Amino acid sequence: MSTISRDEVARVAGLARIDLRPDEVDRLAGELDVIVESIARVSQVATADVPATSHPIPLTNVFRDDVPQQALSQQDVLAAAPEQEDGRFLVPQILGEE
Amino acid sequence: MTTDITRLSASELAASLADGTVSSVEATQAHLDRIAEVDGDLNAFLHVSAEEALATAADVDARRSAGDELGPLAGVPIAIKDVVVTKGLPTTAGSKILEGWIPPYDATLVERIKAAGLPILGKTNMDEFAMGSSTEHSAYGNTRNPWDLDRIPGGSGGGSAAAVAAFEAPLAIGTDTGGSIRQPGAVTGTVGAKPTYGGVSRYGLIAMASSLDQAGPVTRTVLDAALLHELIGGHDPRDSTSIPEALPRLADAARLGAAGDLKGLRVGVVKELSGEGYQEGVSARFAESLDTLRALGAEVVEVSCPHFTYALDAYYLIMPAEASSNLAKFDGMRFGLRVQPSEGPVTAERVMAATRGTGFGDEVKRRVILGTYALSAGYYDAYYGSAQKVRTLVQRDFAAAFDQADVLVSPTAPTTAFKFGEKLDDPLAMYLNDVATIPANLAGVPGVSVPNGLSDDGLPVGFQILAPAKADDRMYRVGAALEASLEKTWGGPLLAQAPELKTTELTR
Amino acid sequence: MTAVPTTDLVAYDDAVRRYDPVLGIEVHVELGTRTKMFCAAEVEFGAEPNTQTTPVSLGLPGALPVVNGTAVEYAIRIGLALNCQIAESCRFARKNYFYPDVPKNFQTSQYDEPIAYDGWIDVELEDGETFRVEIERAHMEEDAGKNTHVGGTAGRIHGAEYSLVDYNRAGIPLVEIVTRPIEGAGERAPEVARAYVQTLRDIFRALDVSEARMERGNVRADVNVSLRTGPEAPLGTRTETKNVNSFRSVERTVRHEISRQAAVLDAGDTVVQETRHWHEDTGVTTPGRVKSDAEDYRYFPEPDLVPVAPSRDWVEEIRAGLPEMPAARRRRLQGDWGYADAEMRDVVNAGALDLIEATVAGGTTPAGARKWWMGELARRAKQADVPLESMAVTPAQIAELEQLIAGGKINDKLARQVLDGVLAGEGDPAAVVQSRGLEVVSDDGALLTAIDEALAAQPDVVAKVRGGNQGPVGAIIGAVMKATKGQADAKRVRELVLERIGQ
Ligand SMILES: [Mg+2]
Ligand SMILES: [Zn+2]
Repeated sequence: MSTISRDEVARVAGLARIDLRPDEVDRLAGELDVIVESIARVSQVATADVPATSHPIPLTNVFRDDVPQQALSQQDVLAAAPEQEDGRFLVPQILGEE
Repeated sequence: MTTDITRLSASELAASLADGTVSSVEATQAHLDRIAEVDGDLNAFLHVSAEEALATAADVDARRSAGDELGPLAGVPIAIKDVVVTKGLPTTAGSKILEGWIPPYDATLVERIKAAGLPILGKTNMDEFAMGSSTEHSAYGNTRNPWDLDRIPGGSGGGSAAAVAAFEAPLAIGTDTGGSIRQPGAVTGTVGAKPTYGGVSRYGLIAMASSLDQAGPVTRTVLDAALLHELIGGHDPRDSTSIPEALPRLADAARLGAAGDLKGLRVGVVKELSGEGYQEGVSARFAESLDTLRALGAEVVEVSCPHFTYALDAYYLIMPAEASSNLAKFDGMRFGLRVQPSEGPVTAERVMAATRGTGFGDEVKRRVILGTYALSAGYYDAYYGSAQKVRTLVQRDFAAAFDQADVLVSPTAPTTAFKFGEKLDDPLAMYLNDVATIPANLAGVPGVSVPNGLSDDGLPVGFQILAPAKADDRMYRVGAALEASLEKTWGGPLLAQAPELKTTELTR
Repeated sequence: MTAVPTTDLVAYDDAVRRYDPVLGIEVHVELGTRTKMFCAAEVEFGAEPNTQTTPVSLGLPGALPVVNGTAVEYAIRIGLALNCQIAESCRFARKNYFYPDVPKNFQTSQYDEPIAYDGWIDVELEDGETFRVEIERAHMEEDAGKNTHVGGTAGRIHGAEYSLVDYNRAGIPLVEIVTRPIEGAGERAPEVARAYVQTLRDIFRALDVSEARMERGNVRADVNVSLRTGPEAPLGTRTETKNVNSFRSVERTVRHEISRQAAVLDAGDTVVQETRHWHEDTGVTTPGRVKSDAEDYRYFPEPDLVPVAPSRDWVEEIRAGLPEMPAARRRRLQGDWGYADAEMRDVVNAGALDLIEATVAGGTTPAGARKWWMGELARRAKQADVPLESMAVTPAQIAELEQLIAGGKINDKLARQVLDGVLAGEGDPAAVVQSRGLEVVSDDGALLTAIDEALAAQPDVVAKVRGGNQGPVGAIIGAVMKATKGQADAKRVRELVLERIGQ
C-alpha cells in the first residue's frame, strides 16, 4: 500500500518550496512510504485520554522586559545578502498579494 | 613534545596550564599541528581558525602571567560543531546552502567559551543540518572514524567525535537531537553527554528540531565532559526553554564517581533497549559493564519502559515536522546560496524552490518533505499530535523507571561503526542507530555515553547512562565510576588502543 | 466561471433591499511597545532600512524568540477592553508560509489558543444609535517586513521587476482582533464597519497600547463581506479585502463589495471565495492572485516558546488599571458640559473632544471652549486642510485667551488677532498681546480725549442725546473705537460718553 503517492510528494514539495527532479520524486515516494507506515503505529497508543507534551521541561510565562538592546548594523544585516540595493535586500519579483 | 600535549585530557592540560608547564599558545599550536598532520585523512574539520585560536591563547597566557583569575578550562583549545553559529567564522551546518556564510553573532555557548578563554580551533564536520547518524550526509565529504578510516564516525556530530578521538582537540561541542552526541561518542571511543533539555542554551544552534535539540560536551574523559558542561550550561534569558535554575555540581559529581564507590545506587537496565538487533560484542561489553557497576556497590535492577518501542516512530514525526519549519528560512533571499531556476519566470517563489532544490542534500529534502507532509492539511492531529502524546507516554515510562532506579542504562548504539555506504540507501536502518538514544530527547532527560570496551570487531562500544531531568550530576558520577574502573582493567584510556594515524609531514 | 467586470454593479440601495449583508472584520493593531514582539530591537517609525533588527527579527539561523512581557500586557488590556475572556493558558503557533517579507518563512502567531476570546463591543453610529459587534478572539502575533516594488507601474507588485525588503517592521508586535459574523446591520453595514474600526482605534488610544495611526499602518483592517437573500438564509460565500487602511476606505469597501456581489448573484453566478484588494483611487476591489497553498499554513505549536499563562491576579490588576473607555467618557463629558446630542456628535466627529476637555481643564467654560474649537479654529483648520489637533495652538493657550477676554484685557475682535500671533508662533496669548500692543485701552484719560474730540465733531448727535434719544450714541462710540483702533473697551466708552453728555 502506498501511503504517499508520487503526486502527493510533488504537492508537498511545492508546499515546502523544494524543486525535485523526477527521479527524486520517485525515490522519495518510495522512501517516505516506509516511514509513514512505521509512523502509523504511533496512533495505536496515542489515545484521546493521553495529553500531548510539547515541551519536555514544562515552563510558562517566560517574558522579556521591554528594553531595547543594540540592533545589528545595516552593514552586518546585509553582509550575506545575495543581492542588495539602497540598504534593502533585493529579491526577485514577488507574485501575489499587494 | 607536541604529541604529549595533545594526548592530555582537558583537565590534565588545564593543570599544566595552571602550573605553567605548558602555555596555551603551545597547547593550541600542538593541536593545530596535529590537525594539519591528520585531518587530511579524517576530514573532521570544515574550517580551522588557527589565527584566532592562537590570538586567544596568547591573550590567556598574558592574563595568566598578569595574575588574572581564570576559569578552570582557560587556555584549553576546543572545536565547535559547525551547527553552532560563530561570529566572524564560517558556519555551514554541513550544508551547501550556507556555504560561505559568516554569522554576525555568537551562540550563547560560544560567548561563554570565549569569555572563559578557550581558543577555538575551528568548526567540525557533521551531517547536513545534523540530519544523520554517520556524517555521510555532509555536503563537504565524509569524516572518517580514527579507529578505521573505512568506517563512519557516527553522526551527526562525527566531526567533533573524530577530532577528539584523534587528539586534534581535547574538547569539542556537539549537538544531540536524537543521539548525535552520544552515538558518535560510542563509535569513536569518546565521551559524549546530552544535558537535560534546557540545561544548555540553544541560542545560536542552527535548529533541527527545537523541542529535541541540546548542545553538549564531546570529550575523552567524563570529568572533562562535566567541566565543559558546567562552562557552557546554565540559564540563558535568550532561550525561552532554558531552565531558570543553576546547574547541579557536575565536576564534583564526576570526581566523586571516580573515587569508585557506588554503594546504594540503583542502576536500572531498560529491558526494551537490549537484546534483538544489538551486536553480540555490544551486548557482551554491556553485560560486563553491569558487573563492573555491581562490583562498585551498585544494585542492578531491570526496568521496563514499554512505550520506548514507539519512541522512534514518534521521533520521526516530531523531528521532521519541526525541521521542515526551522529550515524554511533557508530560501536564498537574505543569506546563503541563491539559485536561479533553470526555466520559467524568475520569481521569488521559483528562486526559493530552485535554491532549496539545489542547496539541500537528499536527507534534508527527505525530512523536510516528510515533515511538511506531517503538518499538512488534515494530518496534524494524526501525525504530529499523536507523536506528542507518545512523548507523554515515554515521559511516564521514565518517571516510573526512575522510581525504581537512580539511573537507567543501555548500550548507546546497537552496533559498532559501520562501513561507509552500508546504510545510506536504507533510511530506516540508519534511523535504528538512534533507537536507544531517542527516548532521552523525547523526554528531555540527560544522557551520557562512556566508552566501555571494544567489540569483537575491535571497534569501540559505548555505555549509555540516563538520569532524571535536572539530575545531570548523577550520570557524571556513574560514568566517572565506570570509566575509572574500566581504565584500571585496560591499563589506560580505551583510546590508547586506537591505531596510530598516518601523519602528513608538516611544512611549517 | 464568468468574469464579472468591475463596472457591473447593482445600485447600493437596490442591493441592500434585496440582499442581507454579513460582515466579518479582522483588525491588526501594531502595539506601541519600545521593542519587538520576540526580540529587543528598538521600534521606531521612519528609521533607515534594516537598522532595527536583531538575529531574531532577521530570522538568522540559530536565533530564538523571547516574548515581550509588555506586549502580553497590552494584549490583555485590549482583550479586557473588548469584554473578552482572558485565557488561563495559551500558546504561540507557527503559521508556515513562504514570503520574502517573512524572514523565517513562518509567522509566529496564535492559532487555536488565543490570549483573549468571546468578547463584544458597542459601536456608536453617527446618529447616536449603537450596534453591538461580537468579538471572536484577539490574538498576539508579529508583523512582517516591508516590500518596495521596483520597476513596472510605480510601486505596484504586478509587473514589478524586483522588490526590495526592509525588515525593520518584521517582528513588531501585533494584536489581531477577529469579529464573529456581524449580522443585522442591513443597509447600515458600511457605516457599522467604519464605526467599528473607528471605535477600536479610539480604544487603542485610550488604552495607550498603540499610537493607532491609520496613515502609518498602525491599524489595518481585513474586511469580509458576504450576501444572503435574507436574515434566515444560510450565509453566502465571502470575500476578504485585505489591508484597508482608512476609516473611509473601510466604509467604501463594504459598500462596493455589496454592490459588486449583488451583481454577481443577480447574474446567476456564484461569488468566488477569494482575497481582494481595495483600490483607493478607483474605489473598487480586484481579486488577488490565487495561491494554491494559501490555506495550508501547517500550524503547529511554536516549540521555541513556552505557554503564556496569565495569573488571575495579574489579569485583575490589569483590569483595575484600565482607563475609562471612550464611549463612557463621552457620556460623562456630555453630562458634565451640558452639550446637546447633536453638539456632542459634532465635537466627536471633528476630533475636538480631547481638545475641549483640556481647554475646559484650563479654566474655560464648556461653552467657551466649544465656541473656539468648533468655530474659529475649525474654520481655520478647514481652510488650511489640516486636522484640528495639528493646529499650532494648545488647549492651554485657548484657555489663556478666554481668560484674557473674561478679564477685560482684550475683546473678541482683538482675541482673533492674538490667535493670529499664537498660530504664527509668536508665543502664548499674553505675550502676543504685549508684543503686538493689543491690550484694551482702559485708561479713562486717553479715552476722554478721544471722546471729547468725537463729541466736538458731532454736535448734532450730542444734541439728540441730550434731548433724550440715546439711539444715535453709537455713532460717537464708533468714532471713539475707530480712533483707538478697536483697543478700547466699548462698554466703558459708552459709560464715559453718556457721563460726558450729562445723561
Ligand atoms: Mg487576516
Ligand atoms: Zn494576522
